[in-house]
Amino acid sequence: MGHKKYNSFLMEKTLLLGDEAVALGAIYAGLSGVYAYPGTPSTEITEFIQNNPLSKERKIHSRWCTNEKTAMEAALGMSYAGKRALVCMKHVGMNVCADAFVNSAVTGVNGGLVVLAADDPSMHSSQNEQDSRFYGKFAMIPVFEPSNQQEAFDMMSIAFDLSERLKEPVLMRVVTRLAHSRAAVEISDIKPENAFNPSTSRGWVLLPGIAKKQYAALIEKQPEMKAVAENSKFNRFEDGGSSLAVIACGIGYNYVKEAAENYGIKGLKILKISQYPLPEKAVLSLTKDCKKILVVEDGQPVVEEDVKRVVGDKAEVLGRLTGDLPRQGELNPDNVAKALGAKVETEFVQGKNLAARPPQLCQGCGHRDVYGALKEVITKYENARVFGDIGCYTLGALPPFQALASCVDMGASITMAKGAADAGLFPSIAVIGDSTFTHSGMTGLLDAVNEKANITVIISDNLTTGMTGGQDSAGLNKYEAICIGLGVEPEHVRVVVPMPKNMPEITRIIEEEINYNGVSVIIPRRECMQTLKRHKKK
Amino acid sequence: MKKDLILCGVGGQGILSIATVIGEAATKAGIFLKQAEVHGMSQRGGDVQSNLRLSTTEIYSDLIPLGKADLIISMEPMEVLRYLPYINKSSWIVTNSKPFVNIPNYPEEEKLFAELDTLPNIKKLDIEEVAKSIMMPKSANMVLLGMAAKYIEIVSVEQLREAIRTVFARKGDAIVEANLKAFEEGMKN
Repeated sequence: MGHKKYNSFLMEKTLLLGDEAVALGAIYAGLSGVYAYPGTPSTEITEFIQNNPLSKERKIHSRWCTNEKTAMEAALGMSYAGKRALVCMKHVGMNVCADAFVNSAVTGVNGGLVVLAADDPSMHSSQNEQDSRFYGKFAMIPVFEPSNQQEAFDMMSIAFDLSERLKEPVLMRVVTRLAHSRAAVEISDIKPENAFNPSTSRGWVLLPGIAKKQYAALIEKQPEMKAVAENSKFNRFEDGGSSLAVIACGIGYNYVKEAAENYGIKGLKILKISQYPLPEKAVLSLTKDCKKILVVEDGQPVVEEDVKRVVGDKAEVLGRLTGDLPRQGELNPDNVAKALGAKVETEFVQGKNLAARPPQLCQGCGHRDVYGALKEVITKYENARVFGDIGCYTLGALPPFQALASCVDMGASITMAKGAADAGLFPSIAVIGDSTFTHSGMTGLLDAVNEKANITVIISDNLTTGMTGGQDSAGLNKYEAICIGLGVEPEHVRVVVPMPKNMPEITRIIEEEINYNGVSVIIPRRECMQTLKRHKKK
Repeated sequence: MKKDLILCGVGGQGILSIATVIGEAATKAGIFLKQAEVHGMSQRGGDVQSNLRLSTTEIYSDLIPLGKADLIISMEPMEVLRYLPYINKSSWIVTNSKPFVNIPNYPEEEKLFAELDTLPNIKKLDIEEVAKSIMMPKSANMVLLGMAAKYIEIVSVEQLREAIRTVFARKGDAIVEANLKAFEEGMKN
């Protein structure tokens, strides 16, 4: 691809975040519904669809779901009925919906189904660096990995078509740097939605007898999936002449091109890969002229391991496993330039009079009052532990509060508190947000109630999904009813307003409930400062 | 021509509005643009930055390579120091001089400014004071953009003015005028 002349450029183009390009691509592909739970860096996809006039015109379903599993299953239902559906989540959401996701490859689909996973290498806003491409391999379905915003838009339509042709779900994987970077995107023509056309296949009923047949059919489709990837326009060769070949996956391609341009590296034989399963024939052909292959991929060494297997001793494979690229953390133009042999030097180093500036809870945030009260109470107990969860309130682990013993995954506060209480810990306290509670906390609370576990659960309710920017919270106004419905005794479901002036009351209630031998739920409830500001403006 | 800009500050200071104005100007001018932003947790009072790349030829990486940034535009003086590895001796730095202290270990201001003064091409101004003096306290970021305007080069000052008009249009004429005035104040410095 040569340099486009800038004067012929734009006019018809729109400046879009990678996430927005995915969203608009899906709308233009004839989407009928998006199903998602907010999670950085995927949130903007669903928000864009919610706010786009075309979705209103077409009545595209775009309401937030309670979690990624309910999202995946609802999308599968829409596909069953013949319509095109999109599921969006951050990478760890794939773990939550894995049951439905993997089995959807066995049932197959009717209307096109695209699952979008937004990975977060470098863990900018996450707990791990898992690479969703593994999930694509695991479920044995095609994976798309756009290298830029334009491809993200273009691929959506192709992914939906492929899903309907193969009758299989398709995974699209983006990373933070693409999801949250803007560039101009050329918009193509919009497709109509699919007609309502419910499936009549028996393949959806995964009783062992049927599941075996369905799985055999999935295995049978593998050669076709491979052929599609071998012939994909998103997988292509460039240049050549040098003895080093580079396999550049997804946005890794951009860093390779950037480094080649900046450091005058000529003749690289590049195999750009943005569609899987791995085009093995193309990979193998690199060994004709090149004895070294550098694999540049953002995330984990998924392709690197496969390339090793494919080329055997025909070429040396370099990448994250060999230390040519860092084993951890996202790619950037500098670590890729180094891997290509460039000497990366800087004229300046970071300043000396510089301090880290970690994120913190907003001034006036109700979570602050919750931690203030908790801190005051738990100092009275030698072994008190507070198990945390995923949300803004995880910042309670940092100074000045340093109140949390753990933060593992959505919902783990309640269940870990229960397990620790089972082992004899007292007081065993869980802090969980309202949205996280409905996402994955309710089932754990039922476990605790059924065993009358001696735990105190604090549902810090700010009436929204705060950390991702203030999306709807699924259990709004239902928390007392949910807790009582799950069997928490009504007199041990206590609601407080977390404000400095109420501190004596809150600390008293926390202490009372700690000393109750059973499950108590305290709900400090006050609106998020960010959504409050927005509501005031309106 | 190619210009790589780092916009930085503290979450909530309004660096994305500066990026939006420059982005609008670049889009109108028909040049290539890539703009990597920070969303999510770090927006809560943490350090934030945006890599804004502008070019008359195709841009590959969303991130600016080390040593290649032409300009740092910073809403906060200490934050400048975080991004020094990205600049070179001919790069410019345009920064607010008013510290935003929301951490207990903020460096001694005297030492901080002494270090900033060792940098070759730097312009500092208390943009919040300027914005207040013209009764536009919320337009400090446009004062900063005005200060930086002549170093952006790849889009002209007039194109930036036009972009301010477009970006703030839906908020009404008064807001457009306020931001233009703030921009002009910044230009004087």
